[in-house]
Amino acid sequence: MHELSLAGAIINTAVKHADGRPVKLVSLRVGRLRQVIPDTLEFYFEFVARGTPCEGARLELEVIEAQLRCRPCAYAWSIEIPAFRCPQCGGSEVEIAAGNEFEVESIEVEELTASALRDRPEGDLGREEAECIAPR
Amino acid sequence: MHRTKVRVVEEALDANNTIAAANRADFDRHGVTVVNFMSAPGAGKTTLLEQLAGPTSSALRDRPGGDLGGIRFGVLEGDVQGSLDADRLAHLHIPVVQINTDSGFGGECHLDANMVRSAISALPLDDIDVLIVENVGNLVCPAEFRIGEDARVMVTSVTEGEDKPLKYPLMFRACELVLVNKIDLLPHLDLDLDKLLYHIDQVHPDVERIVCSARTGEGIDAWREWLRRVAGRAPALATG
Repeated sequence: MHELSLAGAIINTAVKHADGRPVKLVSLRVGRLRQVIPDTLEFYFEFVARGTPCEGARLELEVIEAQLRCRPCAYAWSIEIPAFRCPQCGGSEVEIAAGNEFEVESIEVEELTASALRDRPEGDLGREEAECIAPR
Repeated sequence: MHRTKVRVVEEALDANNTIAAANRADFDRHGVTVVNFMSAPGAGKTTLLEQLAGPTSSALRDRPGGDLGGIRFGVLEGDVQGSLDADRLAHLHIPVVQINTDSGFGGECHLDANMVRSAISALPLDDIDVLIVENVGNLVCPAEFRIGEDARVMVTSVTEGEDKPLKYPLMFRACELVLVNKIDLLPHLDLDLDKLLYHIDQVHPDVERIVCSARTGEGIDAWREWLRRVAGRAPALATG
């Protein structure tokens, strides 16, 4: 159920980097420990993207397996079930080497033609630019 | 028309974390320690807060609310709708501010940094030492969103079953204290308390735990003591 909120966060990040250009593809790295259900995330992504530069964009997910490492004994292992104690020494000082990612890796945007740029509705960025050149 | 690939490599929740850091700075400036208080709906969060103000069932009722023995606390209540919980606390003279999350579609199922930010001006930060933010009842989303807190506490009640840590590891890991509530009901349940505690330890090794009952008051002194300890500790616990 957190996929709805996460979809919003992904779209905000993508839009920020798209610089007003339409987004066609968002590549995301998701660690197994984030408990994200890919199908659900894609469903909400499509829904929340409507009316934003991400509308119609494809969401590509790379799932990262969970890798743990025990600090004191250096034992490293991967987990399928949420058991975070070191199976070798029983210690609790275990760090997550991988599996906690939730990052937008890259986006693919469509470069606008000169005429499309002229017709572009004034977004936040457009206003900022306008303010910069306005006489004071 | 052609496509360009833009390298981003940015944690998608960075925007929230940035606002959370701004909240933290505001709270720090006022010397207020902030605790993010989370659980499933109905685990007993509000009753555990009522109990901090003093036993609700005894003659100690006249004890002033919002006092942890020299440490003054206030509450920020997050709910999808209504102010039922805030009303209960205000009744005990605990300073309380309500946020409703239903401005989005369907109502947000958690508090995020921005929602807490919008409430800061309404909070009596100069009159309190500890702010407890009672999050929306939910075992999933609140674990993802930092709000500018110093420490996170989650409540699991024994009626929820032994397996919840295994089903919601994100939440059981996103906290520095687990309150195991409603233990007065153990005689009526098939729950194996040791198994629940074992599962908590598997998911979050060595996390602090307090077994308690908001109804009988068992363990409440330890919960109050934990808050006093966190209030006196700097810098913050919850940095990860």
